[in-house]
Amino acid sequence: MTYTARLRVWRGDTGGGALTDYEVEVNEGEVVLDILHRLQATQTPDLAVRWNCKAGKCGSCSAEINGRPRLLCMTRMSVFEPGETLTVTPMRTFPVIRDLVADVSFNYAKAREIPSFTPPPDLGPGEYRMKQADVGRSQEFRKCIECYLCQNTCHVVRDHEENKPAFAGPRYLMRVAELEMHPLDIADRVADVQDEHGLGLCNITKCCTDVCPEGIKITDNALIPMKERVADQRYDPLVWLGRTITRRRDRPARG
Amino acid sequence: MTAQVRGVAAPTRAQVPAGTLRTDRWWLLPAATTVGLLTFVVYGGFRAFQQQYFFADERYLTPFYSPCVSLGCASEPGSAHFGMFLPDHPLIPYAALSLPFLLVFRLTCYYYRKAYYRSVWIAPAACAVPEPHAKYTGETRFPLILQNAHRYLFYLTVIISLINTYDAIVAFRHPDDGFVVGIGNVVLLANVVLLWCYTLSCHSCRHVMGGRLTHFSKHPVRYRIWTWISALNTRHATFAWITLGTLVVTDLYVLLVASGTITDLRLVG
Ligand code: SF4
Ligand code: SF4
Ligand code: FES
Ligand code: FES
Repeated sequence: MTYTARLRVWRGDTGGGALTDYEVEVNEGEVVLDILHRLQATQTPDLAVRWNCKAGKCGSCSAEINGRPRLLCMTRMSVFEPGETLTVTPMRTFPVIRDLVADVSFNYAKAREIPSFTPPPDLGPGEYRMKQADVGRSQEFRKCIECYLCQNTCHVVRDHEENKPAFAGPRYLMRVAELEMHPLDIADRVADVQDEHGLGLCNITKCCTDVCPEGIKITDNALIPMKERVADQRYDPLVWLGRTITRRRDRPARG
Repeated sequence: MTAQVRGVAAPTRAQVPAGTLRTDRWWLLPAATTVGLLTFVVYGGFRAFQQQYFFADERYLTPFYSPCVSLGCASEPGSAHFGMFLPDHPLIPYAALSLPFLLVFRLTCYYYRKAYYRSVWIAPAACAVPEPHAKYTGETRFPLILQNAHRYLFYLTVIISLINTYDAIVAFRHPDDGFVVGIGNVVLLANVVLLWCYTLSCHSCRHVMGGRLTHFSKHPVRYRIWTWISALNTRHATFAWITLGTLVVTDLYVLLVASGTITDLRLVG
């Protein structure tokens, strides 16, 4: 079935912008990215839209469609009514560069703040031996395509620009979890996840999980287990009570 | 910073003329959640302090009055299995030893936290819908930092669930008729099984049973238990709602039988 869709696309840059109306042809089986490409090819050659694989694997085409963070290449036109106006904006948590392209460098900065994989010093490359049972949990997190939809949706930074320095975001809290659960990683990451990466800011409301195109259970399998590990180390009420009474809050966490 | 330049309206972000462009009924779920939680709190609050109709057919004790440890439990002989020592006062529930902990257990539950943060606290009401709060510190400060004590409430709840299980089992014995099975037994038993599903699917339980380990391969038994609990855990939210329902149904059944509004159908005995 071929029909003409009504589109409202955000056009602009850091200086300002607006939602602009277009009408574009839609064919059977197409996704939103196809429609934007047709718009670019036939009406707006200067429309900026980032994409790469068109297969939901590179994580480049993240944007917001009718207010919902999604991959442009994995959102079928058939999920919308033909009469519906489709509003497409860039991700709204990061600075905009132009049109649908956002500057996601916040995420690269957060990635660099996490100390890398730390194997035991006496273990050389090629000597790593691991059991499947021990790496299963981390493997779920390795499915991440770094689309940053979770980072974009998380209200901690989406609604509070001021939290950006203190909060690594779900994708990188999950990276800490991946390393913490790794059988060969010997770094203690529990104190840092709370103090340096802002795990305490997460209120487990699961929007990251809801939008993840890879279906990773970020909250249940990474964030809550990390909160439990933090509780192991420092929110044991008895230890806390003892510390409060003796006013020795500065004592390092055990573990 | 004024309200206008907060969040998605902050400088450098795409200047879109609406906080959210969502077109679906995103407010429906938080609204329904608020109504659901409120209904339970009102019903539970009323029943906890009613101090009447909590023991039926001389064997069915409602979970809202278990363990019955108030001197007032003497009004229903056979309802107190663990002694009566709390003063009989209108402001002290007969199960004052368990109800506060059960309440805090659910309040600190990772699922209920999500539910009320989204619905009651609107932080956020729905994904990619701006929250109204000017400042946000999450669970980093008092009082919300206390949510981290959830696991201790879990331990206490295991003890209370054992008491509920005991109640469901002794309810098969009528003081005069011996072993009997009535509809009430089925209700009590179903409630207790579902309470266990909720309690054991807890995230803290998942953690202490095995989740805290790094090398599952060195602890095959705990790994197996963790696998089972993980499977249950994926349905934790469902159990959270189902058990609110079964608690009300069970209590209501006992109330109706105890008050003589309905009679309990005996299947055996
Ligand atoms: S669960 Fe935590 S990290 Fe994920 S979106 Fe919610 S607040 Fe952010
Ligand atoms: S965790 Fe999911 S939503 Fe977040 S960046 Fe990775 S794939 Fe995208
Ligand atoms: S273009 Fe690669 S994920 Fe959409
Ligand atoms: S009871 Fe819900 S997480 Fe523990």
